[in-house]
Amino acid sequence: MIQPFTTPESGYTLIPKEGAIETQTIEVSMGPHHPSTHGVFRMDVVLDGEEVKRLKPVFGYLHRNHEQLAEKMNWLGSIPFTDRLDYFCSMSNNWAYCHAVEQLAGIKVPERAEYIRVIMAELTRLINHSCLAGFLLSDAGAWGTPLLYAFREREKILDLFESVSGARMMCNYMRFGGVRADVSDDWLACARKVVENYPRFLDELEALITGNEILLARTQQVGILPRELAINASVTGPMLRASGVDYDIRKVDRYGIYDRFDFRVPLGEVGDVYDRYYVRILEMRESVKILQQALRDIPEGPFDAGVKMRNFKVPAGDGYGRIEAPKGELGFYLVSDGGTRPYRYHVRAPSFINLTILEDMCLGHKVADVIVILGSVDIVRGEVDR
Amino acid sequence: METLNQIKDRIEAAVPSVRLAIEGRSLVVDREHLLEVARFLKNDAELAMDYVSNLCAVDWLPRKVKVKEGGQDVEKDLPGFLEVVYDFYSMAKKHGPLQLRCRTDGREGMLSLPSITPLFRGAEFQEREAFDLYGIRFKGHPDLRRILMWDGFKDFPMRKDYQQPDDHEWEPTPHDEVLQQAKKHWPAPSAAPVKPA
Repeated sequence: MIQPFTTPESGYTLIPKEGAIETQTIEVSMGPHHPSTHGVFRMDVVLDGEEVKRLKPVFGYLHRNHEQLAEKMNWLGSIPFTDRLDYFCSMSNNWAYCHAVEQLAGIKVPERAEYIRVIMAELTRLINHSCLAGFLLSDAGAWGTPLLYAFREREKILDLFESVSGARMMCNYMRFGGVRADVSDDWLACARKVVENYPRFLDELEALITGNEILLARTQQVGILPRELAINASVTGPMLRASGVDYDIRKVDRYGIYDRFDFRVPLGEVGDVYDRYYVRILEMRESVKILQQALRDIPEGPFDAGVKMRNFKVPAGDGYGRIEAPKGELGFYLVSDGGTRPYRYHVRAPSFINLTILEDMCLGHKVADVIVILGSVDIVRGEVDR
Repeated sequence: METLNQIKDRIEAAVPSVRLAIEGRSLVVDREHLLEVARFLKNDAELAMDYVSNLCAVDWLPRKVKVKEGGQDVEKDLPGFLEVVYDFYSMAKKHGPLQLRCRTDGREGMLSLPSITPLFRGAEFQEREAFDLYGIRFKGHPDLRRILMWDGFKDFPMRKDYQQPDDHEWEPTPHDEVLQQAKKHWPAPSAAPVKPA
């Protein structure tokens, strides 16, 4: 039988104004389909009002067991897979892997190849950092526009990559002992032109955003990462240097030919999101310097060491090789049993480890700040989930 | 940086009853003293290894190794074990690497190693990854859960003897490799008729 609908008795009691209001925390799942999570990344956030009380990152949506794929493939076969780690910086990934294998196999890289590698890696750094600046602004609410300024510039560099390697993003360009194809004089002339014009773009970008009041309000004193915690949590790359730690593997290890170039390592003072943004801008200016020197000094000569790629074998042993990728220390730990495949292949992915302290940086901030802080960590899902 | 032999001598002096061995470019530490050795490396003024760069596990199957005994090559059986490799660097002194290795006892059952996360936050996710993919339980880890695989996943996919499940990619009519693989694990339909429940 249907109960007749009755209106409730009057006599609502209003919450008394005096005294504390009892609040409850709520648990929110941010992502995996949140536009600002740079792919499929989930954060388990406990909120009190808008304030973050707890934050646990959840990974694995893009996990494909990259390491096992590489262990079932010959040494050469996993170079194209390294492209897919940090798909913004395929050239750096190639270099890191080749660097580790060359260390293990004792291959000497010819002069010209070293120069080409430096040029490619620094161009990649330009792409990564300028896009990061754009993405950070997108995360802060300036949808699209700053990012497209960065993408316009990225396009020119991708054209350079395309003409030398055949692919724009998945370059698959470096080989053990050198690179896959030589660069022509025309290519070098084009690259010089791009590099020459880059500071102008940086000036334009800075004029747009560096002093922008909204950016300052959203980023300064937000997500501070103290120096000691940054070291203890193995944070690397621009994030570490924004916290004031002078540690750049290009300077510390001097791998390749980085000891020949004159460049400085920009450091932050506060370690907040703004420092992380500005360190990257300054790093781009240093990259331009390195590029100018490399493009000026590049010698003639062979572009690879003539290593036979078919049936390539590495003497038994193990080694850890690392380079300064745009996002931080990218390392490969390889174990060889003397065969045609790696026995163990491990990727030390910088943005995966940089996420360790995401919770520490976000606690006590508002939800909207979490997005900006995550943006300043600079993650790429291909690399985090592997 | 000091040589590996010097570091070994100094650790042995500082950490009583530690068992260390030099293998190649790395120091092999016993399980019981790993945490103290790591603490020594971190706090020692000379070494100041404040940064654990890389931490990963390696699965070693049982294998035969050639050992020289009395001038003759003798083949010896080496039992399988899981091994965790730590690469320490110093950000303060800008030197390194110093590679530590720590091994489990065999490959079966509950394998555990001490966690260095209380000393180095940077090991937190890397130890979770080693647990997830290799099944090493790190004692003392504050939050040891699966990280890359999903929570309900049962096996450890990076082990060398890991077998992919047959229904990994479901196919209505298995053929070629998938059929061959399925035959290995499941009895033929005629041998064991499946009764509807």
